[in-house]
Amino acid sequence: MSQIFYRGTNTIAKVSIVTIVFLVGALITAAYTLDRGSYNSDVAVVKEQPVPFSHKHHVTDDGIDCRYCHTSVETSHYAGLPATEICMSCHSQIWSNANILEPVRASWRSGESIAWTRVHDLPEFVYFNHSIHVNKGIGCASCHGRVDQMPLMFKVNTLYMNWCLDCHREPEKYVRPREQVFNMAYVPPANQIEFGRKLVAEYHIQKLTDCYTCHR
Amino acid sequence: MSAKNSEKTALNLDQLRARLEQGKGPQYWRSLEEVAETPEFQAFLEDEFADRTPDWLDPANRRSFLKVMGASLALAGLAACTKQPKEVIVPYVRQPEEFVPGRPLFYATAMTMNGVGTGLLVESHLGRPTKVEGNPDHPGSLGATDYFQQASVLQLYDPDRSQVVLNRGRISSWISFQSALARELAEADLDKGAGFRILTETVVSPTLGSQIQDFLQLLPAAKWHQWEPAGRHSAFSGAQAAFGRPVNTIYNLENADVIVSLDGGFLACGPGNLRLAHDFAARRHILTNTQVPYKPKEDRQEGYQPGPAAPYRNQAATHVLEDNSPPQQVSQVYALGISPDQVTQPRMYSVEAAPSPTGGMADHRFVLKPSEIEAFAFALAAELGVSGVTATSKHPAIPAIAQDLKAHTGRCVVIPGDFQPPSVHALAHLVNAALGAAGKTVTYTDPIEVRAEDQLASIKELIGEMNAGQVKTLLILGGNPLYTVPADLDFKSALDKVPFRAHLALYNDETSEYCQWHVNEAHYLETWSDTRAFDGTVSFVQPLIAPLYDGRTANEIFTTLAGEADKSPHDIVREHWQTASKSADFETYWQTALHDGIVPNTSLAPITVAAKPSALTHAPAPQGLEIQFRPDPTIWDGAFSNLGWLQECPKPETKMTWDNAIWISPATAEQHGIATGDDLQIKYQGRAITGAAFLLPGHANDTVTVHFGYGRTRGGKVCDEIGINAYLLQTSDAPGQGSGVEIAKTGGTHYFSTTQHTQTMESREPVRTATLEEFKKEPGFATEKEDDKPLPKYLTLYPDYKYEGYKWGMTIDLNACVGCSSCVIACQAENNIAVVGKAEVGKGRHMHWIRVDRYFKGTMDDPELYFQPVPCMQCENAPCELVCPVAATIHSGEGINQMVYNRCVGTRYCSNNCPYKVRRFNFLLYSDWSTESYYPLRNPDVTVRSRGVMEKCTYCIQRINAAKIESEKENRRIRDGEIVPACAQACPTRAITFGDINDPKSKVAQLKAQIRNYSLLEELNTRPRTTYLARLRNPNPEIEKG
Repeated sequence: MSQIFYRGTNTIAKVSIVTIVFLVGALITAAYTLDRGSYNSDVAVVKEQPVPFSHKHHVTDDGIDCRYCHTSVETSHYAGLPATEICMSCHSQIWSNANILEPVRASWRSGESIAWTRVHDLPEFVYFNHSIHVNKGIGCASCHGRVDQMPLMFKVNTLYMNWCLDCHREPEKYVRPREQVFNMAYVPPANQIEFGRKLVAEYHIQKLTDCYTCHR
Repeated sequence: MSAKNSEKTALNLDQLRARLEQGKGPQYWRSLEEVAETPEFQAFLEDEFADRTPDWLDPANRRSFLKVMGASLALAGLAACTKQPKEVIVPYVRQPEEFVPGRPLFYATAMTMNGVGTGLLVESHLGRPTKVEGNPDHPGSLGATDYFQQASVLQLYDPDRSQVVLNRGRISSWISFQSALARELAEADLDKGAGFRILTETVVSPTLGSQIQDFLQLLPAAKWHQWEPAGRHSAFSGAQAAFGRPVNTIYNLENADVIVSLDGGFLACGPGNLRLAHDFAARRHILTNTQVPYKPKEDRQEGYQPGPAAPYRNQAATHVLEDNSPPQQVSQVYALGISPDQVTQPRMYSVEAAPSPTGGMADHRFVLKPSEIEAFAFALAAELGVSGVTATSKHPAIPAIAQDLKAHTGRCVVIPGDFQPPSVHALAHLVNAALGAAGKTVTYTDPIEVRAEDQLASIKELIGEMNAGQVKTLLILGGNPLYTVPADLDFKSALDKVPFRAHLALYNDETSEYCQWHVNEAHYLETWSDTRAFDGTVSFVQPLIAPLYDGRTANEIFTTLAGEADKSPHDIVREHWQTASKSADFETYWQTALHDGIVPNTSLAPITVAAKPSALTHAPAPQGLEIQFRPDPTIWDGAFSNLGWLQECPKPETKMTWDNAIWISPATAEQHGIATGDDLQIKYQGRAITGAAFLLPGHANDTVTVHFGYGRTRGGKVCDEIGINAYLLQTSDAPGQGSGVEIAKTGGTHYFSTTQHTQTMESREPVRTATLEEFKKEPGFATEKEDDKPLPKYLTLYPDYKYEGYKWGMTIDLNACVGCSSCVIACQAENNIAVVGKAEVGKGRHMHWIRVDRYFKGTMDDPELYFQPVPCMQCENAPCELVCPVAATIHSGEGINQMVYNRCVGTRYCSNNCPYKVRRFNFLLYSDWSTESYYPLRNPDVTVRSRGVMEKCTYCIQRINAAKIESEKENRRIRDGEIVPACAQACPTRAITFGDINDPKSKVAQLKAQIRNYSLLEELNTRPRTTYLARLRNPNPEIEKG
């Protein structure tokens, strides 16, 4: 009986095995990179807005508090985007003829809202509540990054569930004193874990990892 | 097996009767099919979803199946790879003051139904109403709602609502209508309006009333008629007979020890039904001091060791534990209860031909034919010595009832049903007077209607004039008379003789079709008005949203007639009250009344009326089979036909959905060889309709009951062409009942979708009852049977878990629940629950998170009726959780059995393993994702589920979380009663209590410590968090039933 495989087959088999292992690894790496990367998560991606609004200018240069515009952040699940009226409270006086602010003035004249593009977009099945986080000592910058240094708004965190859980499992790593919540430049102390534990106890922070905490 | 090709085995009723009499069948049974153990029933018992016919074999479903398949292929392939779509945020230009985006606002308003208003608080999310709740300050609601009110928000967004003004079927405009009306008015002015007629439903609105009166002064020869199909014609005539004047009768059930209901049905429908149910149940929340040893910290196995470190479980909030009070205080709470020896509760006798929730709550339910109810009333009055009343026949129970009533003089009441003949109403008034009830358990006031009248006479007069050609202009403001006027009056041909006809209505319906002008009406949530409660209390109706389709109101038509064409409904109502209130500070008066939802001090003052003995005549003896006409339990007179929620709400008595039927008793059916589903032709007074029979245990023999509201032809997409139109048989001389009916089988059969067989727990005594005597002897009857003993708690493989923080639980008091099913629709509205349609209900696929099971007990001719609401039990040892392969259903640290839609892959193992059958599966895309007008209806705090996922009761987790966040922000514990699930909020009898079991002072913990408390299927050791309080009955020992 003649041999089924000729001698060269061994080489092909070895090459195939190596290739398959490599391909599978490459696929997994590719999928992971794609999932975590900006392509899918939109991290660091600047989205086009009707007005190129600069948080850097308004927060750092002008010293406006977050809550001046995001009025309901302490009371509602939704932080709130400023009504045109809030923009116009300053811009009817300053930069009142600037071209880039024309959409704002147009909205004010016509009564039609400005349609902003959402940057931090959680899926519809997630019920996130701003007010409880702000009240329990989670700073704006903890999730949104140094907004005060962003000329144009972008996401710095993926907002994926495992990212949420990092803090929900170990809040002591991230919690800060309540009065520092709106301080963009807050630097955690060197003994954050120890300090955080103290705050967790003081603020009655719970490690909420039940599904129904966020999903209903 | 396919439920549709019903190869039904005909029931052998003799065998069934024997089985029931020998006690061989289940003690509590749901249907005759269950007792007979028919294959149809067995299929549902063995498999929750028995019909496994693939949907693509169903020709009607082929298109939707293809659609679904197309979508699933697209999604299966792409869902994981698509990026989140771009989303825009649209802030206000000028944000209204009170508005905090993301937080709902509640506005007080009121809904008028059948001539009675009920105060409501309506939830609004950024200007769109999403949910209706009762107004706790309103006397007719006390915070509760019925399913009509709950579903009214669906009506607002109903895409089938009429959206434009039509002239001869062509799109026209309000302005054109106004000018047409002006021309008519100018012509009518020449003869003082001799040919001008207005037809409304019952008017209670003071503003509209005064507008009508003003108009009639303007045109003195014009006339105003009222027609309410399910109106209280008999109550009016009965009061006329007894007192010589119309009255409004208010029952004060909190003072009543003995209640006799003459087909009263007051617990489920009629004026002030929510208040009556509340007062009726108020004295049935029985607390005794025989406590079950309550051990909040020790209700776990002996030698408890905390389970393995569970990092993903909740860490309890420390302050929650600190607030826990020591157990010493518990005994103080229990001391409030009374000893079982002293327990009393009111006794109710109910006489009725067809089963009803009221009959179910009665301690003695007497099944009588409609004609015998009048005789019963006569005999009762005669026995009580009412002068001038003679009895023709005497029911054997009458002496005992009369004695019971006499023994409770001044603390008893007789309540006649709205659809009983006037003589029964008159007799009830006379009996109440004789029993000293007037002024105590019965209060009389002036009528709440603007003009109380005999509407039957009113509509007859109008039709007579129309036929005589005297009517030139007819404005039909609301209602649907062409569909609802009794057949013998032939409204349609009369309408043809009126030259100018206009119809103001929510839907472009049967009447609109025959009118030259159709004006689309504004929904009550879109406009201003006012109304009166059952006791006369005025509420303003304020809009929650601007009219979606520029709808108009009757008020605006009257201002047009008065030459003030541009006045807004707001100004009309406000100006009326500016004059009527005589208030010095009107702005405060108006704002306060709007905020509170009631106008203070507007309830009508009690009046004293003297019953005058009048010659009441007995109705002639019935000939042959009898018939009774009733509004449908969930659809009413047809006004709610197009609402899927109400169509799919199982009717309390029959558990039927999407249909009406000819109700007939098993014995009579047997005589005529009729089985459930057989098509029958009913002939009555020369007219005939064909519908299908439904065998209903506890229905009177030789009688059929038919319901209004079905057989619509222009009601909308949801309701057209289903069921039978009972108005086609109704006659104006006896609108409620009659005799001389002939029934004949036509040979056809009809398939009913009922939920009475589905989701059964087999015969495991889900309902537990005892008479007061039995309860006194054995207070622990609910848990003392051998079968009910739970397994010792250490006999479980589950690791034990210590619930340190909150521990949510619920009790449902079967002694209070009247089975009204309001909770079912409240839950549907709160939790975005989809409607599935008749065919799917037939396969057991309805989606209600809370169902109300109805059980019969005893013989099939005269059974007792029990109702039991069943939501998810939130078992501590939940069988569903263990079998889920993807951890889509898992336990929370507070003891809630969580359902995670995004993890669910649809194996349905969980529902298969659930002994209570409370899980619901989206077999198809049931949620309507495509009809735009439904988008604003949805509760934004609850996910709208897609196909292929399981869902179930969450204890209204969105409300729990909202309360938790608020309390955490204030660094405090959630207060007892702060969280009210939607079902408990709607419940008029307060049968459902929710709270934290870890707090021994909470109401729910106290109720769970009651001796009447029991768990369903406790022997399975599932440790349900939802438990029941056993029902107590208080029968009269003098009456031996038989």
